[in-house]
Amino acid sequence: MRLYIEVARRTYARMSTYRSATLAGIFTNTVFGFVLAYVLLAVYRERADVGGFTATDAVTFTFVAQGLLMAVGLFGGTDIADRITTGDVIVDLQRPFDHQSWWAAVDYGKAAYYLPFRGVPPFVAGAIVFDLQIPGAARLGAFLVSVTLAVAVAFGWRYLLQLSAFWLLDVRGSNQLGWLVAQFLCGAFVPIVFFPAWLEHLCRILPFASMLQVPVEVWLGRHQGFDLLATWTWQALWAVVLLGLGRLVMARAVRRVVVQGG
Amino acid sequence: MGARVRADWQYRTSFFLFLISQTLIASLDLAVIATIFSQVDELGGWSGAEVALLFGLAGVGFGLADLFVSQVELASRHIKEGTFDLFLLRPMPTLLHLSASEFALRRLGRVIQPLVVLVVALVVAPIDWSLEVVVLVPVTVLSGTVIFGSVWVVTSAVAFWTVESQELGNAFTYGGGLAAQYPIDVLGSWLRRLFTFLVPLAFVAYLPAAVMLGRPHPLGLPSAIGWATPVVALACAVTARATWALAVRHYRSTGS
Repeated sequence: MRLYIEVARRTYARMSTYRSATLAGIFTNTVFGFVLAYVLLAVYRERADVGGFTATDAVTFTFVAQGLLMAVGLFGGTDIADRITTGDVIVDLQRPFDHQSWWAAVDYGKAAYYLPFRGVPPFVAGAIVFDLQIPGAARLGAFLVSVTLAVAVAFGWRYLLQLSAFWLLDVRGSNQLGWLVAQFLCGAFVPIVFFPAWLEHLCRILPFASMLQVPVEVWLGRHQGFDLLATWTWQALWAVVLLGLGRLVMARAVRRVVVQGG
Repeated sequence: MGARVRADWQYRTSFFLFLISQTLIASLDLAVIATIFSQVDELGGWSGAEVALLFGLAGVGFGLADLFVSQVELASRHIKEGTFDLFLLRPMPTLLHLSASEFALRRLGRVIQPLVVLVVALVVAPIDWSLEVVVLVPVTVLSGTVIFGSVWVVTSAVAFWTVESQELGNAFTYGGGLAAQYPIDVLGSWLRRLFTFLVPLAFVAYLPAAVMLGRPHPLGLPSAIGWATPVVALACAVTARATWALAVRHYRSTGS
């Protein structure tokens, strides 16, 4: 365990050296947040309530979601797959640590950096212009628990997508496809309550809502008491299922692995 | 460029998956619009068919720029790795060389889908058809390509000073691509001004579409402004060229 904490800490330290990239990223998230928020507000000029979300809920949702995109790691990246494509993975597999846990630790290190530094500034920018919901300490704690679980769910998905590199040599296509589906169905563009009821329901059953929609709903205080526990449990369940699947696929891949290069 | 296309063709499964995903990326924005119109009939006074027209005009322009110009954003990687020197050594303009060497046919996916939407929208939306409008459609699409392309070049040129620029550029390229799909009057006033005057994305779809649909302008500009698009595109191209030239002159190799 100490090893993995160290991996996460090192990742955090590495992330924090890219200051200008962080600033640029904040600006991008903020611009996207404003464009989406204004579009949603135009919807609320036509009607007062969509799927139980008021205008304030929807605008708050947009800025919290923009802040979470990087922390939850919803843009993928191909670092795990790159090591498979180049054959370096064989070195990783011989090392005395667990492949999946190592990369999970990397993602938690990133999340710990991105949550405050990429998450808070776009929200503050949004709060200056719009009236946003700011939760109390208890709800903030519940939100952080939900985000922690969301990181695990998104990582489980990411790990599975990247393992396709054992079968496809160029994973960029499958990777991008996998993330597009996830981004849309997790509410990264519009809250899933805007979807037709059947699709919203499907997103909630599948792991996607657990990656983003659900933590933001916890922020908005839409899950409380017993419902909150059930929500966390469902997120945890998907994290376990996806991570388990990742292990299974990895075990299969290792048995048939043909390493590239000599 | 031919070599790049042949190289991509070697990994066919990946190529098609990538092509499909590129088509889906464009469809994703459409899915967002469809989701919104499943809840309301009008957005800022524009109907679904009218917003589809905006999406089509902006999308095709954006897609073509993505296909032919977006490769310039890789300049920042070449600068970091010191490989930009190679581009300076060859007897070819750096900009052209850069976009040809990183050309990726799979991005065609980003053009096909908005093109279909554009054609459908042209049929369905209540357009005041006249010879003028018939000319305005291709002029708008090509000017849109030039405007988006210029935005890409300018934001990538920033890499020559900051080394890292892609993220900042995304706000203007992808963010602009997103904003251009919506009637610009739904945006707040500062964002509207940003996308009309600083980064002239209102000219990509919104202003010409208003002419096609015979709508008055909420920005209080005369309706002939819809025809200013090619002029604006030309101005953008000149600015982009000058910025790039300045940036390349500023370039100092990282060496190694």
